[in-house]
Amino acid sequence: MGLKTAALKKSIWVFHVACSPCNNCDIEILDLLTPRFDVERFGIILVGSPRHADALLITGVCNRHVTPRLIETYRATAKPCVCFLFGACSCQGNVFKGGYNVPRLIDEIILEEDPNAIIVYIPGCPPKPEAMIAGVVKALSVL
Amino acid sequence: MEVFNYLVFPGFLFATVAGLLTWWLDRKVTARVQYRVGPPWYQTFADVVKLMGKEVLIPENARKTGFLLAPIVALSASALVATMIGVFNMNWSAGFVGDIIVFWYILTIPSIMLILGAAASGGPLSSVGSSREIKMLLAYEVPFIIVITMIIFKADTLSFGGIIKYQAGHGPILYSVSGVIGFIVALLCVQAKLGLVPFDAPEAETELGGGILYDYSGAALGAFKLAKAMLFYTLPIFMISLFWGGVQIGNGLGILWAVLKYLLIIVLITLIRNTNPRLRIDQIMKFFWGKLTLLAIVAFILSVLGI
Ligand code: SF4
Repeated sequence: MGLKTAALKKSIWVFHVACSPCNNCDIEILDLLTPRFDVERFGIILVGSPRHADALLITGVCNRHVTPRLIETYRATAKPCVCFLFGACSCQGNVFKGGYNVPRLIDEIILEEDPNAIIVYIPGCPPKPEAMIAGVVKALSVL
Repeated sequence: MEVFNYLVFPGFLFATVAGLLTWWLDRKVTARVQYRVGPPWYQTFADVVKLMGKEVLIPENARKTGFLLAPIVALSASALVATMIGVFNMNWSAGFVGDIIVFWYILTIPSIMLILGAAASGGPLSSVGSSREIKMLLAYEVPFIIVITMIIFKADTLSFGGIIKYQAGHGPILYSVSGVIGFIVALLCVQAKLGLVPFDAPEAETELGGGILYDYSGAALGAFKLAKAMLFYTLPIFMISLFWGGVQIGNGLGILWAVLKYLLIIVLITLIRNTNPRLRIDQIMKFFWGKLTLLAIVAFILSVLGI
């Protein structure tokens, strides 16, 4: 493991991409920053620009309007980057799967843009913050 | 010797390590204020190493040369000012006449490079950030210059080493009414120079998403972060040198006192940053051109009267 990877593992900057979620997943994400979980202990912070990010945290189902924006955000992220699909909606469409406004799932869209993308699925509706931390740990052990 | 001074001690390498540790201290104190545990001590080092290893994205309608040159110039300017302050503190006669004016303008170069780089990136959020940074630069320089002029008049010398020597003879400038007022004004100017809350309108994480740094990524962003970390180390030392007798390495406990003064200033800056909301850009201009300039003039008059 090189120095670069070691540093990357200790400092994951996250950009939150809300692809029309119901807002419940987003509240669970904010829980991660509170004193109870405090992910800054592991070097994880939220940043405001995809260009600074090492990880995209994607919530919600991707409808027709959001799709080009999601692709643009993915292309604006400096590689290497990890995509976390947070919540049942972004993992497999949840109850909205097959709806008229959900033509494709998020992992299909991202894999079409970049076949080598690293995608981590964190299921749950919404997932607990502990599940999120477990997901990050799994992703880091693969890197 | 000069190359060693510039690259290792007290220049680039030392300033980098000290600056990154200071930045970590700032984050740790912030976390403790918010009742969190906070990052481990190597966090900022990991951040910078990671940024250095990442891809540099250049926006489609950016001016390539200016966009990539700006962080390098900012970084070398910060290293230069760190070197000069360190060397002149160790050897009071190493300076030249008017070096304090040179300090003042080198200290503005990182901000100017941020403005140029953000303007060259061609992004809308960066442009808003850079226009705010210009306004802020114009705002905080006025009281800052008045305070520096006050010190020059008081010590009756234009050289940095001379000011420290004056304080060694007459006691620190801080221990007088005009000195205290000047110190408060300078502290707030340093806060603005570092772009910390309440004066972080150009960056505005929650509003502009990083503003002036929005379009930077990878090593270029890392260079800017490093430049800022070096300033985070340099500016408190600059304040100590001007107001508080400098870093006197010669006499036994000098280093210990200097470190304590340094930590005190850092914690003050961090506490100001944690207890205040962000000001709008017009409020910042009014604050600096109104209240602080007035305070600085009062300090100047008091110092002429010898109080
Ligand atoms: S997974 Fe559940 S909580 Fe999350 S956005 Fe979808 S419906 Fe809402």
